[in-house]
Amino acid sequence: MMWKTADGGWSPYLAGALVGLLAIVSVYATTQLLGKTSYLGASTTFVRAAGFLEQTVAPEHVAANEYFTKEKVRIDWQFMLVFGIFLGALISSVTDRSFKWETVPPIWRERFGPSVTKRATWAFLGGIIAMIGARMAGGCPSGHGLSGMMQLSVSSLVAFVMFFGVGILTAHIMYRRTS
Amino acid sequence: MNTALLLGLITGIIFGFLMQKGRVLHFEKQVGALLLKDMTIVKFMLSTILVGMVGIILLSGAGIITLGHKSMNLGALLLGGALFGAGWAVMGFCPGTSIGAVGEGRFHALFAIAGMLAGAALYAEAYPFFTSTVLAWKDFGKIGLPEALGISPWVIVPVFAVGTVLLFSWFEKRGL
Repeated sequence: MMWKTADGGWSPYLAGALVGLLAIVSVYATTQLLGKTSYLGASTTFVRAAGFLEQTVAPEHVAANEYFTKEKVRIDWQFMLVFGIFLGALISSVTDRSFKWETVPPIWRERFGPSVTKRATWAFLGGIIAMIGARMAGGCPSGHGLSGMMQLSVSSLVAFVMFFGVGILTAHIMYRRTS
Repeated sequence: MNTALLLGLITGIIFGFLMQKGRVLHFEKQVGALLLKDMTIVKFMLSTILVGMVGIILLSGAGIITLGHKSMNLGALLLGGALFGAGWAVMGFCPGTSIGAVGEGRFHALFAIAGMLAGAALYAEAYPFFTSTVLAWKDFGKIGLPEALGISPWVIVPVFAVGTVLLFSWFEKRGL
């Protein structure tokens, strides 16, 4: 097994196993230092961030919303975790020179053309559908896919199968060549 | 900054760093996995799950941590999981990787993030409707696989480990 990949990255087995160790340390650290076991996740932060944005125009509306009240619009441990992901990826990509300014991904361009507007529109629409789904299912590939699976949660197993099953189906329909 | 925020930030920086090093933040890796052509993210995720599982099961068995199962709400998981899967394929990112992708210069992930923020706001508006429909259908509660099957987690972990390693060797043989 190679520890380095052709593009200067690390083997996904190595990087993935290290995230496994990080997950264990993180669960232990949050329990010891914060008094509450917290698992790696990301999608709840999108709810809080949406709440913050909405608060700037309609604070009463956010305060009266049942879901925002349940998830609590505040900067918490996970919010900072998600911000940290941005910083960590920036540090890693700048230091190994894999940082690349990209407006349309190559395989998208090959199939759907170079239009940034087209890519932006679909990314936005896909984002809406995906986040409604993630909040309904109670998590995303971090919360369900990684954290839930390592706890052997039945719900996460179902979510994992649905994420990949429907994702594989959709990708095959989208990228199928009709010619 | 208090302890919780600082701890979250440090954990997130390491998480983002490792995802970037594993090259799992790229659009083409996400879509590549869903097209069954490039299994990088599957290798990464299963490695994380396998290592994490051993530690989490040990720590919870020793009573040091508590498990935080999410509710086994069947309607929510089937419909929500399907919606997520479809949206994931279209945008080419998941919530965590979209943030990391912006960090490595993939500017277009910002549109996906904007869409996800809009999706979260829409979900908050539609929440009362969902609680009385799809979320109210069938909830089995917060259950783990060992209790559901009535066996020790230490029977499941080795089976999962063997299955994962066999899958990895198959990926490597096929050059995926």
